[in-house]
Amino acid sequence: MSRIQAEQVKHVANLARLAITEEEAEKFTKQLDAIITFAEQLNELDTENVKPTYHVLDMKNVLREDIPVPGLPQEEVLKNAPEHQDGQFKVPAILGE
Amino acid sequence: MEFETVIGLEVHVELKTDSKIFSSSPNHFGAEPNTNTSVIDLGYPGVLPVLNKKVVDYGMKAAMALNCEIATHTKFDRKNYFYPDNPKAYQISQFDQPIGEHGWIEIEVDGYTKKIGITRIHLEEDAGKLNHEKGYSLVDINRQGTPLIEIVSEPDIRTPDEAYAYLEKLKSVIQYTGVSDCKMEEGSLRCDANISIRPVGQKEFGTKTELKNLNSFNFVRKGLEFEEKRQREIVSSGGRIEQETRRFDEATGTTILMRVKEGSDDYRYFPEPDLLELYIDEDWKARIRAEIPELPNERQKRYVEEWGLPVYDAKVLTVTKETADFFEATVKIGADPKQASNWMMGEVSAYLNAEGKELHQVALTPEGLASMIKLISNGTISSKIAKTVFKELIENGGNAEQIVKEKGLVQISDEGTLLKIITEVLDANPKSIEDFKGGKAKAAGSLVGQVMKATKGQANPQVVNKLLQQELQKR
Repeated sequence: MSRIQAEQVKHVANLARLAITEEEAEKFTKQLDAIITFAEQLNELDTENVKPTYHVLDMKNVLREDIPVPGLPQEEVLKNAPEHQDGQFKVPAILGE
Repeated sequence: MEFETVIGLEVHVELKTDSKIFSSSPNHFGAEPNTNTSVIDLGYPGVLPVLNKKVVDYGMKAAMALNCEIATHTKFDRKNYFYPDNPKAYQISQFDQPIGEHGWIEIEVDGYTKKIGITRIHLEEDAGKLNHEKGYSLVDINRQGTPLIEIVSEPDIRTPDEAYAYLEKLKSVIQYTGVSDCKMEEGSLRCDANISIRPVGQKEFGTKTELKNLNSFNFVRKGLEFEEKRQREIVSSGGRIEQETRRFDEATGTTILMRVKEGSDDYRYFPEPDLLELYIDEDWKARIRAEIPELPNERQKRYVEEWGLPVYDAKVLTVTKETADFFEATVKIGADPKQASNWMMGEVSAYLNAEGKELHQVALTPEGLASMIKLISNGTISSKIAKTVFKELIENGGNAEQIVKEKGLVQISDEGTLLKIITEVLDANPKSIEDFKGGKAKAAGSLVGQVMKATKGQANPQVVNKLLQQELQKR
């Protein structure tokens, strides 16, 4: 039985704000299932005495001092925006909040 | 049916660092839109966040002051969501390893004290600000990346008044640590409230609603009061509470439905791959712990025990560190604690409220206040003259002795001088003397008033009274 269902794919696509067709949902379901199955080979390893890791780099505490540098100029910041007004990015109306 | 209300609060506090949490952009309020940003805040591809050390220090400091256990191994996580206030489409936050857990603060309401648990405190970044216009929204990214701590309370709060007291205490403690201004009007402290009701005796929680747009502690209390009543009415009439988010409407004092929650939010948290693990060793913890100043509760206790102040005074004086520091400095210079307390809670507080100012914005110094209290105690000035001196001190600063000398405000206690004035007043008011002899005690009062007037309020009232009685007997 496959680990990934089409419903999950549609749910994740919706969360990512991606519109996908039924055919695509089916295709991605198979592909994702194959990826998961591939990754599951890791379960065959004995990790009894291995500490969980969150990062591939064995480093910690990379920090900077609290020293500010001036922000980018406003024109520069807005340069790539399709629309702006009063020094701000202009976006479609947001409902909800 | 008897109901019990259950309230939990989520408070976001902005940390007062000079730069942002993951970028070096300036972190200050009130700049022109989109001028405090960098490619990191703007979510450009290929950039990497680097954690600000001071944010960790400040987060620990707040967590310690709120009696939390501090994590030794901690990390950051991605909380994924789409909203234009955050160009990255994810917020860097802490999910399963918050910097602080299992804290508490003690509140006082209507004469009882109660411990309110703090579930967790975690570090995260703030988002940009949306300004909604008709048909579109404007986005200012300045606030993106402002360091925040989120403080989640246990569902220990039972009344809107307890919620209010919890917020006041939280604000006071955090301000003492100096990690935030906690100014609700500038958004550096924000609060969301969860509230549910259940029949008294029931263990399980009822369905909760979440309140947003609570822009002052008073609105938190009002919103909760309304919501408590609304939920009771629904359940009493056989209805059911829906899990929903409601917005407090300041104009009507009611809560309005924003959205119904369907299932749990799906943020797909995962460990932030662009940041490394954070390891906080005992030395680091000890260094921060040593920086925490004496907190309001400890100070209160000390004022009562060492200086014999009433509990009420001690409470009022320790709400803000600024007031408490000022008061202590005044006492340390030699002012009587109760006198100093009376002036702080009376005239000083009234002046600051009327002018909408804080202590550091006026000219009054602990030296100034102490010098004035000394002059009152040793009888150099009357309490009436003191009001004139006080006004001068708080508006223009300086020292009370200097002001009294320059303005000629010294209290007149010399009997010879006063006797001469009293004689003049009596000579000029034969009618009052007659009235007094005829049994009108009030007539003496008007004579005292005339002596005070003749001395521009500088006569020592006790001496005037004594001499006047003597003189009246002689006539």
